[in-house]
Amino acid sequence: MIAARKLGKSFGEKRVLRGIDLDVARGGFAVVTGRNGSGKTTLLRICAGLATPSEGELRVDADRGQVGYLGHEPLVYRELTALENLELYGRLYRVPERRERIGMLLERFGLWDVRRERVASYSRGMTQRLALCRVLLHDPALLVLDEPYTALDTQGVELLDAQLDELRGERTFLVSTHEPARIDSFATGRVALA
Amino acid sequence: MNYFADVRALTRKDLLLELRARDTLPAMLLFVVAVFVVFHFSLPASSSDLAANGLLWVAIVFTALLGLGRAFVPEREQRVFDGLVLAPSDRSAIWLAKSIATFGFLALAEVVALPVFALFFHGVDGATIAAVVLADVGICAVGTFVGAMAVVTRARDLLLPLLFLPLAIPILIGGVGASVVAAPGRYLAFLGLYDALFALVCWAAFEYVVTE
Repeated sequence: MIAARKLGKSFGEKRVLRGIDLDVARGGFAVVTGRNGSGKTTLLRICAGLATPSEGELRVDADRGQVGYLGHEPLVYRELTALENLELYGRLYRVPERRERIGMLLERFGLWDVRRERVASYSRGMTQRLALCRVLLHDPALLVLDEPYTALDTQGVELLDAQLDELRGERTFLVSTHEPARIDSFATGRVALA
Repeated sequence: MNYFADVRALTRKDLLLELRARDTLPAMLLFVVAVFVVFHFSLPASSSDLAANGLLWVAIVFTALLGLGRAFVPEREQRVFDGLVLAPSDRSAIWLAKSIATFGFLALAEVVALPVFALFFHGVDGATIAAVVLADVGICAVGTFVGAMAVVTRARDLLLPLLFLPLAIPILIGGVGASVVAAPGRYLAFLGLYDALFALVCWAAFEYVVTE
């Protein structure tokens, strides 16, 4: 699904990534680790199609609409409600049976009761749950998750664990984390950035 | 048809955001009215209608600049741009929807501004109104495009006027020309040509503006 050879990325003079080789088979679960500033986010953004590499080769066998990307920011509008945000993304991603899918995800991630409240009134953990709903909305073939456990409470962590467990093997994952032990049992491959 | 459904969904979102936050249109309205009030009292009583026409166009361009500066703020604050760019829809739909929403805000500001201008200076004729509408199209098409370029930079507040104002000079020439001459057809055609040309360029090039 993902094959990268000698991948590199520079922002002006600053080199963020250098010589990264990465292979993630279809249905694989690759865990990316590394200290702060090692380029994890940049690598994930490149693989998701949000940035282009400065050097090396990259092949991702998934169209733009088949990628689910969770970044540091939730990528939702604070002045819209959860329902309005997911409606917008559902339309843009042409999700079939959109309303049912949105309802199911909001229910699963415990946001159904606050679906008509503006995201600005949500806690950080609730916003992260909404971000996960957005990522899963179009049932992507490739999930690129940057620190997905950030801000989640115990229940949120359990929900995400259950979701990852349900989808692993069927979907391809590229996940960055500072706590690899948490998802070690899911991992089929590891990339440690220096 | 999917393309226009995307544009409709994105435009609706922009209008809804403005309805909730109310931080673009009120600022534009206050600014344009304040400009007319200030110039009404600062221009000498003997100043000509020609000078007032120039003032009208300066006020329109700077009011538009105010709206354009706010256009991508919701996308920047939450990095929602990434989410929109990743969607499988044509990326130019983002530009078109944002241009339509900005056009709506600018047109609403002008609905108030033109009568205020007429009250303080002189009446506005049909040619001027036609020129304002045509100018708005060009301003929003080009301004949204450079706004998207500027929003990802640290110096966005400086970069937007630096990029936009030189590109708006032909709009000023066409607008002022249509407002002051007896036969404004040539100037209106010039504005129409500018709109068509720049809208096409912005539509085709937007894809490259939003990729890192």
